[in-house]
Amino acid sequence: MGKNSLSIKTIVAIGIGAAVFVILARFVAIPTGIPNTTIQTAYAFLALMAIVFGPIAGGLIGFIGHALTDAVSYGSVWWSWVFVSLFIGLFIGLFAKKINIENGVFGAKQIITFNIVQVVVQAIGWGLLAPLLDVLIYAEPANKVFVQGLVAGLSNIITVGIIGTILLTAYAKTRSQSDSLSKE
Amino acid sequence: MAVELLSYIERKSPVHELSGAAKLIIFIMWSTAAMLTYDTRILLFLFVISIAIFILSKINIREIGFVLAFILAFLLLNNVAIYIFSPQEGVKIYGTSHVLLDIAGRYNVTLEQLFYQFNITLKYFVVIPAALLFIVTTHPSEFAASLNKIGVNYKIAYSVSLALRYIPDIQRDFRTIAQSQQARGIDMSNKEKLLKRIKNATSIILPLILSSLDRIEVISNTMELRGFGKNKKRSWYGAKPFKRIDYISIVIGILILIASLIITFHDGSRFYNPFI
Repeated sequence: MGKNSLSIKTIVAIGIGAAVFVILARFVAIPTGIPNTTIQTAYAFLALMAIVFGPIAGGLIGFIGHALTDAVSYGSVWWSWVFVSLFIGLFIGLFAKKINIENGVFGAKQIITFNIVQVVVQAIGWGLLAPLLDVLIYAEPANKVFVQGLVAGLSNIITVGIIGTILLTAYAKTRSQSDSLSKE
Repeated sequence: MAVELLSYIERKSPVHELSGAAKLIIFIMWSTAAMLTYDTRILLFLFVISIAIFILSKINIREIGFVLAFILAFLLLNNVAIYIFSPQEGVKIYGTSHVLLDIAGRYNVTLEQLFYQFNITLKYFVVIPAALLFIVTTHPSEFAASLNKIGVNYKIAYSVSLALRYIPDIQRDFRTIAQSQQARGIDMSNKEKLLKRIKNATSIILPLILSSLDRIEVISNTMELRGFGKNKKRSWYGAKPFKRIDYISIVIGILILIASLIITFHDGSRFYNPFI
């Protein structure tokens, strides 16, 4: 899908999705007890949107949503991590294409596919991409940013694993199953 | 839940008068300069200018005080973390070691480390006033128009505009849902155990997501009916035409960016080293 063939629905999904991302990231972050580490429910939502509306919507919701969250709450944008959000939305959307959530089936097989995809994508994103960009852009000490990335990655993987799976299962139930009609 | 979000503040000032696109271009160049340089002299220079612009904008520091407090706390934490993880980073960068105080093992206080952390902090102090000003002096609908003006596809710019338009609505939805779920006895506070809290959070998120998906349906149908995306271009209600002052400020911004890059990189290192 090229930039010019973005459907209206995708555009609106990006806009509303980014707004919901901001609200979730700002208000529904559960502190874990480890300083500076919160359970970010926004990433579970991002995974859902990436699967429902595709990789472009996923990537842009991550990018715009994270940039706006940083802007309205800190006043400045931490670009290295914003790019990681873009990466995660994009690649969860890309690799989870196989999960056709619209036909209402989200069983064991889809849950496993979804979780493998999200674990791999987030591990690369938080564990590798975020620290590398931090070192490159901000010249922060490498071991500090790698620990930060690892902790954030781990908590986000668990969050998306639990909440994301619950959300997707619930969403699938609202769709009518493709095989719900039978020929008599 | 009285967490405030940063938003546009109406005022009559030279900074508000500038067109959104000009401010966006300057802001991007400004953050690029601050991001790339570690040269203390340039950082100090940029810092002084950003304070001057801040005063020019007539924004009261109290109006953004809650954000500032947040940022200061974050900076403090970040500095502590940097020191704990890498007390010798400064020595590594500047190549010399002037020990002021020994604590234990590799944890000593060196002039180099202090200088390095001072620079990191200064970097934030350069970007933050500019970013804050950009947010509080640019009207959201003008912001989308300026994104389009600097070359972002108008459909993407429209998404950003939608996001900004709907943040307050979704915040209100969120509050309603959270309160009604709490009235039903679902506890979101720290009295509940972590796993239970995660589960309880889901019971707020799910209605919020489903209502937002409905919203997407309604809005996209409306836009479809009005023929959105039919033409290659679109005009913006909030767009301001460029005036002379816009061109002048962009040129000044470019000059500052180029000058700071030249000074930073002419000796082959991002860091200004006063120790040799």
